[in-house]
Amino acid sequence: MKVTIDEDKCCGAGQCVLIAPEVFDQRDEDGIVVLLDAEPGADRHAAVHEAAAVCPAFAIEVSE
Amino acid sequence: MDVLIVGASAAGLSTAEALRRLGHDGRLTLLDAEPHLPYDRPPLSKQVLAGAWEPERARLRGQAQLDALEAEFVRGERAVSLDVAGRAVTTASGRVLRADAVVLATGLTPCRLPGQGGLAGVHVLRGLDHALTLRAHLTAGTRLVVVGEGVLGGEIAATARGLGLEVTLAGLGPAVLGDQLGPFVSGLLTRTHAGRGVRLRLGVAVEGLEGEGGRVTGVRLATGETLPADVVVVAVGSRPATGWLDGSGLALGDGVECDSRCRAAEGVYAVGDVASFHHEELGRRLRLENRTNATEQAQTVAANVLGADRPYTPIPYFWTDQYDVKIQAHGLPSPAAEVTVTEGDPEQHRFAALYREGGQVTAVLGWNMPKQARLLRQQVLVQPLTTA
Repeated sequence: MKVTIDEDKCCGAGQCVLIAPEVFDQRDEDGIVVLLDAEPGADRHAAVHEAAAVCPAFAIEVSE
Repeated sequence: MDVLIVGASAAGLSTAEALRRLGHDGRLTLLDAEPHLPYDRPPLSKQVLAGAWEPERARLRGQAQLDALEAEFVRGERAVSLDVAGRAVTTASGRVLRADAVVLATGLTPCRLPGQGGLAGVHVLRGLDHALTLRAHLTAGTRLVVVGEGVLGGEIAATARGLGLEVTLAGLGPAVLGDQLGPFVSGLLTRTHAGRGVRLRLGVAVEGLEGEGGRVTGVRLATGETLPADVVVVAVGSRPATGWLDGSGLALGDGVECDSRCRAAEGVYAVGDVASFHHEELGRRLRLENRTNATEQAQTVAANVLGADRPYTPIPYFWTDQYDVKIQAHGLPSPAAEVTVTEGDPEQHRFAALYREGGQVTAVLGWNMPKQARLLRQQVLVQPLTTA
């Protein structure tokens, strides 16, 4: 799995961090997404898919 | 199994995606009254209205991603009735769509003022077409009156000021977002609007619209004052779009009344703005008009359609961007709550605050502090967001 993020689209909602805190974080100053792990292990795939699905700005892309 | 989703905006589309992701391989049909590809609504009052984004950028998904869903999209067709027992939806053209499960995601209909329909220059903002029509009239120097001091009214006023319009914001509440966020935060927000040059007429009822030659000329207040206007936006709230379900036998109160599983009847579910559900942690009924709720609730609805038995117990969450202020609120802030700033400094335009009622933390709010607000969210006394 490969995860990419689009900082321009991100609205700082933080939904991804709530669902997959090992993979995503937020910048302190403005809450924009920070990618911690671009190639997460299999045990995190379900959470990453859900994070991408609930992102209100559609700023997370996942490819297998 | 075949699934029919009525409404292909954020909640409906997210439900479709979640169904596929969870392994649904039967037929999937999305019916929508609008002709557009599914688009997102929060940018309509901000980036799209400001002209910073072309409408295509507000699309929820690209064509390739929609194709990958292997769903049938029926666009530009309004649902007019539901046969609950037969799980069949009839459209305005007389077409009948049947499925094993029906998901209702028809969203909201904006409320209007009496007499609004007959006057040119009076707008509501709910859909993409509304935003594009309004945008064409927002030229510098134009006198705009925004009626409604809620999230939408505040955002429209902010966007219009950014475009150089003369803006007056009128509303029944005492402050911008006063009903949602209470006196402390709404007071700061109201001062922000005043500081940006918005003329405020708050705590006063709007009596009606004035016009001449079929075109609006002003907004008449209960105080007797008339606010001159070239353009008026009415943002006085919305109603769940359930008119088409009258007579279906479904319980319709404030929205489609569902159980804690978001189920309105056997094989019939509701999701997003239109859904009123029983929140088991709070022990009461809740209906949320939040963008984040649309996608989050969709995950639960999709799982339950496919046989799971998941209660939906979200921590409500909404955000609003007005000028350079980004407010994010987790939980259920209420005007009655006691508000304590726990991080940052309101004077520095950056802080996080806790809302407490009866000694319990009921909400967390960030003012230009999204990450800190999210970190404080675990103090809100409802269950955290869980994964599938």
